[in-house]
This record gives sequence, structure tokens and C-alpha cells, in this order.
Amino acid sequence: MPDASPQVLSHRHLLGIQGLSRPEIEALLDMSEQAIEVSRQVEKKKTVLRGRTLINLFFEASTRTQASFELAGKRLGADVMNMAVANSSVKKGETLIDTAVTLNAMRPDIIVVRHYCSGAVDLLARKVGCSVVNAGDGSHEHPTQALLDALTIRRRKGRIEGLTVAICGDVLHSRVARSNMILLSALGARVRAVGPSTLLPSGIDRMGVEVHRTMETGIADADIVMMLRVQRERMDGAFIPSSREFFRFFGLDAARLKLAKPDALVMHPGPINRGVEIDSEVADGPQSLINEQVEMGVAVRMAVLESLAQHLPNG
Amino acid sequence: MNFRSNTRPQAIALVNARLIDPAAQTETRGGVLVRDGNIVEIGPMVTSAAAQAGERVIDCGGDVVCPGLIDMRVFIGEPGAEFRETFATASAAAAAGGVTTMVSTPDTTPPVDDPAVVDFILRRARDNSRVRVLPSAALTKGLRGEELAEIGLLQEAGAVAFTDGAHSVRSSKVMRRLLTYARDYGALVMHVPQDADLAASGVMNEGEFASRLGLGGVPAEAEVIMLDRDLRLVALTRGRYHAALVSTALSLESIARAKAAGLPVTCGISINHLTLNENDIGDYRTFLKLSPPLRQEDERQKLVEGLASGIIDVIVSDHNPQDVEAKRLPFAEAENGAIGLETMLSAGLRLVNAGQISLPKLLAAMTTRPAEILGLPQGRLAVGAPADLIRFDPDEPYVVDPAKLHSRSKNTPFDEARMEGRVKLTMVAGRIVHE
Repeated sequence: MPDASPQVLSHRHLLGIQGLSRPEIEALLDMSEQAIEVSRQVEKKKTVLRGRTLINLFFEASTRTQASFELAGKRLGADVMNMAVANSSVKKGETLIDTAVTLNAMRPDIIVVRHYCSGAVDLLARKVGCSVVNAGDGSHEHPTQALLDALTIRRRKGRIEGLTVAICGDVLHSRVARSNMILLSALGARVRAVGPSTLLPSGIDRMGVEVHRTMETGIADADIVMMLRVQRERMDGAFIPSSREFFRFFGLDAARLKLAKPDALVMHPGPINRGVEIDSEVADGPQSLINEQVEMGVAVRMAVLESLAQHLPNG
Repeated sequence: MNFRSNTRPQAIALVNARLIDPAAQTETRGGVLVRDGNIVEIGPMVTSAAAQAGERVIDCGGDVVCPGLIDMRVFIGEPGAEFRETFATASAAAAAGGVTTMVSTPDTTPPVDDPAVVDFILRRARDNSRVRVLPSAALTKGLRGEELAEIGLLQEAGAVAFTDGAHSVRSSKVMRRLLTYARDYGALVMHVPQDADLAASGVMNEGEFASRLGLGGVPAEAEVIMLDRDLRLVALTRGRYHAALVSTALSLESIARAKAAGLPVTCGISINHLTLNENDIGDYRTFLKLSPPLRQEDERQKLVEGLASGIIDVIVSDHNPQDVEAKRLPFAEAENGAIGLETMLSAGLRLVNAGQISLPKLLAAMTTRPAEILGLPQGRLAVGAPADLIRFDPDEPYVVDPAKLHSRSKNTPFDEARMEGRVKLTMVAGRIVHE
């Protein structure tokens, strides 16, 4: 990765997959391939972000995404600060914009934000002078997750164009599903949304995906079966009656996986609920890419941070 | 007398009958030959002369023979209220009343909100019921109207429809989710529409009569407001919806509109609301305390018209056995409900004998339509259909003697009433269960 590479992203923020062009996505994936090599070396340090400050601002708890961004930033040489929102002034009633303005005054270069409200990251981005990366906003977008999923698929299948990808489970609440639907469709995959009607968003049939309300039809002949996490609080009768009923009709077990293509691969953004949306035999089985996704996550985030650094003053 | 037996049933020819097929709305003379649980031949060629060796021939003497009744709303006290009714007593009443299939309500103790309870009901019914029992299961956990019940698992266990019994689902959000979720499973949502707040202080129909009696009233709007909400949600979700009990002309307008718009909507009415009115409460007779309440006579007449025109799909007994202690109370404190399995057909024949509806049409609302809504092969007089059949003389008079009713509870609103059309024979799956 030469530090003087041409600009990959046309924008100084990464707020969503929506708005990215296919060449931008492909360039990010290509850059990520190089980042994998860096992460697999003994010496994992690069210097493109040396002297830069990266703030991880997480309004919603997340272990893996936060750690992944932290590692990505450190491997590029940045100083990384994690804002633990539970202990911050946000709990004392400070508004999101006040928080943004305060942080901005500390002159960070990149802020990585996760927020439980859709659109919150976009709002924050308009109030700060630095680059902002969306690490998940409400039920809206989680662009780095979609990029890492695409990278994982592309490396294992050699392509994305023409593949059938079934995104299964709680599509309604899933920002991962939304970002993936946009990204995978943009790269030419046939995307299916699979779940009970109570977990499918209104108007899903007009969002460029095939809609399936049973797993049997939804994963039939799929190349990729992407399971989504179902929050416990949604299985107590609010959206679905119980976790046992969900597993009976929408859980991925070895028998059901046989309906997909013989070489189908299983993905999950994690953390998994064993025995709810996915059976351990499948999650830990040979078709599972779940751990590989985690490795790709660091690489993709390195690529994203590096390409945003190209927009920084003197960058 | 149980229709389930390992022995092969004897072939039976019901001859010299007035055959009514409510599915085709036809009426012919002739006989029905039944073998191995199914109808194998129908028509004028089925006679005693044509009978073969080993067949039992029953000369019906011109009586009606038609499909057995399918009652979509029966409270059976198992589990938890065996003192009110059991499978044995309910099914004896059903057999005597010509009901060959009962859909049990889920408001038992515990309620039918767990697949294990469906399994329990099917086993108890198998061992103790003379007629077919199809369980309905809860829409929401504990019938509380808050959390979706396990509709998929309950249906796999054998539940044929979903209802919270007498409870209405108060939350529009929950009802919307139920209709949405149930649609994925092709499950039927059976709801008793009633706005609980609006109906809260009422114990009978709101109006002059209630005011004279000094009793709180339930306005018709309590029903139609909830029904209209439901129908809007059906339009949104396209879930299959059956208004289990309607009692007012306003509701019929809403149902008619929904049907005209092509929504997957049907409705039912209790036999009580077609044949009784609020005046029958008379001197605080608690056996006529029902929910929804009996309405005024002009409302009743409109309901009968709605039945004749097809707006109303189904007649149910709404069989609700209550023991003496639950009814021997001041009107406001007495339990709702009346038994009805044994008198539903005779009460319905009052409408036929008064010229308000044809006999085939009445029977369709008790046989063909419920079968269609529940997806059952019964409810028609056709070769290959299950031999669930009844025989009755629609003109034979009798007086209802509560002491002779088979139900464990005796809370009939037709106490000492003069009726016509007692059932003479009931057959389930080719076996005679009442004669």
C-alpha cells in the first residue's frame, strides 16, 4: 500500500454503503486484501496514520466492532481513544450535538461512531470537522460489516457477481441486512431476505431483494446463507413467540443447510445465539465463515481508515 | 359409542331419506351408503332393495339426512374445569344435537398456549369423545393479549385456529403482529371484537330495557369499533380473520364492506343471537346473560337477514357450560354463557319454520361454511367425503327438558322451550354415535 495512492473514496466520511459507487466498493475491497497481508505479518505496523487521533465513540455497547476499529487504527499508527459512553457526560444529559462539538474541539482526525438511533451518525458528521465512520446506526447502516462480508465472500468464492445470497432472520431491525442488501446487489449478487413477516420491514419487496417467508424456499440453492442475530427481547412474544419456535422454523441446522448449494457458505455478523438462529454444528462446521469474517473485519477497517486519511489535511 | 375403534365399521345404508347437500344447496330423495368411514354412494339407487349382505339398512322414513354439524365454538372444561364439562359430557351433548365436530376454545386452565396442552386435548378427546374434537389455541400467551403465542408450534401440534376465547386483544400493535405472523402459517385468527373499556360496566345490551332493569349496558359500538379496527388491520396485513361472534347490524355493515373489498374475512354468530333478544332476559334470567349480550328484536331480525344474505358465514352454539353456583347470583354478578350443543339445530329450525331462511342455507352455516373456513373435508354430502351424517325430522315437536340434556351443566336459555326437529341419529366416520 503506497501511501501516495490515488483517492479511493470520493467523500471524507463513510456513513453508509448507500452512495458508494461500485468502483469505490471494489477499490476498498482491493485495499483490504493488502491490509490482510499486513495483519498476517509479525510486524503489523504501518505509518499512514502516524500522529493522527482516532476516537471510538460508542453509544451502544459492542466488543468486537470497537476492538476491530481499535486494532485497525493502531496497526496504521494512529493514537486511538475509546470513549466509554456509559461513563461520559452523555449520561448526564448532554445532547449528541454537544458531545460532537466538544470532541471536535479536541481536534481528532477520525471519529468512529456507533449509535442506537438511525441517522445519528450522519447528524454528528455534519457538526465536526474531521472524518466520521459509521460503525452502526440504529437499524440503518453498518457499512464496514457489509464490506467485510463482501470481502469474505469474494475471497472464498472468487466473485460476488451472480451469487445467490440469503440474508435470514431479523431483517427488520438489522443494519447489517440493509448495508448488505445494498452492497451485494450493487456488486451483482441476487439477494434474498428471509424471515417471518413480523421481522421483515414494510416495503421490503420494493427494496431490490427477493422476499421469502420460509427458510425452505429462502435458502434453496443459495451460495451464501447469512444469518442475522435475533435479540432476545424480540423473542418473548413481541415479534416472534419464542426462541424455540424461531429455531424450529427459522434456525439454521445441518438438515436445513442441505437445502442450500452443496458448497454453500454460512456467515453471521456475531455474536451468535447458539440454538436460536444457528445450531452449533453449523456455526462450528466446515461451511462456516464466522471466524474468517472477524479477521476480514480488521482488514476492511484498515482500508477504510486509510482511504479516509487521504482526505485529511496534509494527508 | 366412540367412533374411534380398531374394528372395521359395518357398512350402513340410510335409505328413504330427504338428502340435503348444503355445499351444493340441493335437496333430493334417496339414500346414502357408508362404508369404511366414508360416503361411497348417494342417490335414489341406494335403497333397502339394493342393500347387500352385511349392510345395515336404516329406513329414514322421509327424514332429513345431511352432513353432521361443525360447531366452531365450544367450551369444554378439560383441563381445569371438569366440573363444568368434560369431553365425555360435551361430546354426548354434541352427538345428541347432531354436532359431529367441535372446535374447542383455548380458555381452559391452563390455557391452550403450549403445544403440550394441544396434545393433551387431542389425547383426552381420542379416549373420551364421541365426536371429533379440533382444538383452537391461544392467540397470545396466557390469553393476556400481550405476547404472541407459539402459533407455528401450536399449529403443528394440531390447533386448527387461534383465538383468545372471550378476550379481545386490546392492543392494536399486538393484533397487527398476530395477523402478520399468522398469515405466514396460513393460520386463522378468530377474534371476538369487543372494546373492553367501552363494555366494561355493561352486563346486557345498552338501551331502554337495561335502564329499566337498572343494569349497565354494552353498546353496539363496543363491538363495531373493535371490529372496524380489526378489519383495517386485515387490510394492512392480509391475515385471515374470522370475527367469532357478531351481535349487531352495525357489525354486518362492516363485514359486508370488508368482503366486498376482497379481504380474507368471515364471521360467525351464536345461535342465541339469531333466536333470542334482550327481552328474553325478562325477570333477570341469568341463563340469558351472554357476551356479547342479546340485542333488541329489530337487531335480531337484521342478523337473520344477514345470515340469509350470506354476510354471516357460520352459526355456532357458543356452548359455555356454567355450574349452578356461577349462575345463581344477581344478574350483574353471574357468569356469562349458555349451553347450546344439543339445541343449536332445533333453535335454527325455528328460523326455517318461520320462513326466514331455507333449510339448506341454515345447514350450510352449520356445516359447509365452517368446513371451508377450517379446511376440513367434512360439511358436504358427496361421494368420498367422511361419513359424518345426521338424521332428523325438522317438524317433530318436543319440549326441552334440562334434566335430560347430556351436558354436565344445565344453563340452557331454552329451558322448557317448545322446539322442533330432534336429532334421531348421529354418525361420525361411519359409526353411529347417537341413535
